[in-house]
Amino acid sequence: MNQPAPHVEYLAVYKRYAESDWVVRDLDLELNRGEFLTLLGPSGSGKTTCLMMLAGFEPPTTGDIRINGVSVAGLPPDKRGIGVVFQNYALFPHMSVGANLAFPLEVRGLSAGQRRERVARALELVRLEDFEDRRPNQLSGGQQQRVAISRALVFEPELVLMDEPLGALDRRLREQLQYEIRRIQRQLGVTVLYVTHDQQEAMAMSDRVAVFRAGRIEQVATPEVLYEEPQRPFVASFIGENNLLKGRIVSVERGVCEVNVAEQRLQAAHIADLPPGSETLVAIRPERVNIAPLSMQYSNEFDALVEDISFLGDHLRVRLEVCGSSDFIAKIPNIVGHGGILPGDRVRIGWGALDCRALEAVAY
Amino acid sequence: MKRFRHLAATAPRLGALALVLPLLAFVTVSFLVPLGTLLSKSAWQPEMSRVLPQTMRALAEWDGESLPAEAAFAAIARELPAAREERTLGRVSGAANRVRRGMRGVLNRTARGLDRVEYAGSWRETLTGIHAGWEDAQTWQAIRQAGAPFTLANYLQALDLERREDGSIGRRPEESRVYTPLMWRTLLVSLGVTVLCLAIGYPIAYMVANSPPGRGRLLLVLVLVPFWTSLLVRTTAWIVLLQRQGVINGLLVSLGILPDDARLQMIYNMTGTFVAMTHVLLPFMVLPLYSVMRSIPASHMPAAISLGASPLEAFRRVYLPQTLPGIGAGSLLVFILAIGYYITPALVGGRTGELISSQIAYHVQTSLNWGLAAALSSILLVAVTALYLIYSRVIGIERMRLG
Repeated sequence: MNQPAPHVEYLAVYKRYAESDWVVRDLDLELNRGEFLTLLGPSGSGKTTCLMMLAGFEPPTTGDIRINGVSVAGLPPDKRGIGVVFQNYALFPHMSVGANLAFPLEVRGLSAGQRRERVARALELVRLEDFEDRRPNQLSGGQQQRVAISRALVFEPELVLMDEPLGALDRRLREQLQYEIRRIQRQLGVTVLYVTHDQQEAMAMSDRVAVFRAGRIEQVATPEVLYEEPQRPFVASFIGENNLLKGRIVSVERGVCEVNVAEQRLQAAHIADLPPGSETLVAIRPERVNIAPLSMQYSNEFDALVEDISFLGDHLRVRLEVCGSSDFIAKIPNIVGHGGILPGDRVRIGWGALDCRALEAVAY
Repeated sequence: MKRFRHLAATAPRLGALALVLPLLAFVTVSFLVPLGTLLSKSAWQPEMSRVLPQTMRALAEWDGESLPAEAAFAAIARELPAAREERTLGRVSGAANRVRRGMRGVLNRTARGLDRVEYAGSWRETLTGIHAGWEDAQTWQAIRQAGAPFTLANYLQALDLERREDGSIGRRPEESRVYTPLMWRTLLVSLGVTVLCLAIGYPIAYMVANSPPGRGRLLLVLVLVPFWTSLLVRTTAWIVLLQRQGVINGLLVSLGILPDDARLQMIYNMTGTFVAMTHVLLPFMVLPLYSVMRSIPASHMPAAISLGASPLEAFRRVYLPQTLPGIGAGSLLVFILAIGYYITPALVGGRTGELISSQIAYHVQTSLNWGLAAALSSILLVAVTALYLIYSRVIGIERMRLG
């Protein structure tokens, strides 16, 4: 049985603008049909360039991009039939909302009747039925973004690219629209390639997330895997929060390694192919750290000095000095019985061996 | 209490008015009043009735067909020498001469003659003795017409119209029309220069607006550099470039493209006017366009293209309509400036590239016929105002962006 080709493939794509450094390096990525994949990374990490190459506005310097198994090299952007949602909405201010939506249908030569019907359907999809005759500048930011999304969908593309579409909106609106975009994507079954620098947004919406750093993909995985099993220090620190302790691997045994950190020993999951004697960064989630545990409960237990405590409502954020690090963070859920710690206290902290991971010691 | 509150509300408004007052006074004194005075000269000429008041009064009862009564002869015989003494005669005879050719001679000779000639029993006899023109009713009609304080004569002349013998108004014979062909030429040249400026300025403005900030600023400076140079220098530079022995002709000849005896005449004609005016007025087109284009997000074109429009279609339907306010503002600015342009066409236009402004200057400086100059200016003003109103109707003045 032939496995169907992925909807989109990036094959060894490199990109640089004249004389500059590589913006995108050695990119291999596949999007499955109907998938919601997010490119996540700090600004300037090459996410938007990836999007623009797929949309056809920038050619790859080397490598190939395929849609449905067919190379799109040389296919101009207006012939690719890909919906694009731009960062600042890019609604045409001299046209009404209805005319904005009808624009892609008009250039495709649809009849007036078909246009009316499709525009009405597209507006219904984003719940803006009554706004057809308004001008874009008479709409709120959230409404404008919904118009932009429905305009990218009105000509029924199979693939939609979104470049930080919610970047300009406030938090509440952003969360509401995240949900709405997800709903629309599921309803229509379109493939979405989404770009954002907001890791919460990426986690909330995506089937899979590709973490970008300096033009390279660090890891592609589902949000759960990215959070629970980061492969590299950058991913560990970029997705959620992680304490990273520098150390040296002493021994390895059955997936657990012994690490020497600031004259102390700890045990960690051995996930990278690191032989004994090599440097490592041990990643520990702050919420996995326990303060004042019963003795001998955890394989990793240390004495720590409380530097600072912040009260954040549902949890306390405690900054500790331990294992040679002076900003080791522990999050303690706000449950009765944990309130007695003060800065300057000496406490015992601990966590399980499989709650921390020994990663390759590269800069992050 | 209520009154105080009212006072408190008006006080800041009065303060604001006081701040604007100096400007208002300055504009009124230095601009509006002189402009109004000058323009009023086009239709309001009280000199003649001031110099020859009794004559005008005597002529008021005249039927206009036979010769006027003796009282009119007596009055003008008294007032002409007096005018000569007061040195206002020249202005009077000039005004009369504009109504009817030869009147200057009639009046001057009569004024001089009255000193020498004896009274011949009646003033009518005496005057006709000095100049036979006094026996012609048309002479008197000319005086009466020139003496009317309110006159359309200047406008008639400015529009190449004339009052026929029978009192009807008609166009002058074609060979003696001066101003209407010049006005048409001015309109066409202004239109042509506007179109040229738009054609050249639009791509420039686009490039400046869509360059990375550093390069964009540099390009903008290049557009503005001409503003730092005197208009005279810029115009003269074109003379150096375009004249028969100039740089361009020299280059073409030395490259063998042109034989030495067939150098192009590119200046002191229409070509020179077009080239120099387009160059001088180009920044006025580029700046409003640039200002509008800079406000159009760079994502609009890619957005339109991603929606399936070809680049040309995206430009035509998405970009171009958004630049209309800039096109309107720039065109209006260039056209209005071009229509009244003086120095450049006067220097490089020669005879065939001359515009209406040089006629206005001629009548202000040389012929001293300010009434006609004012009439020509008023017609220009009306044309420009009409254009402005059309613009504000079509595009909306509140959308105009001047940079």
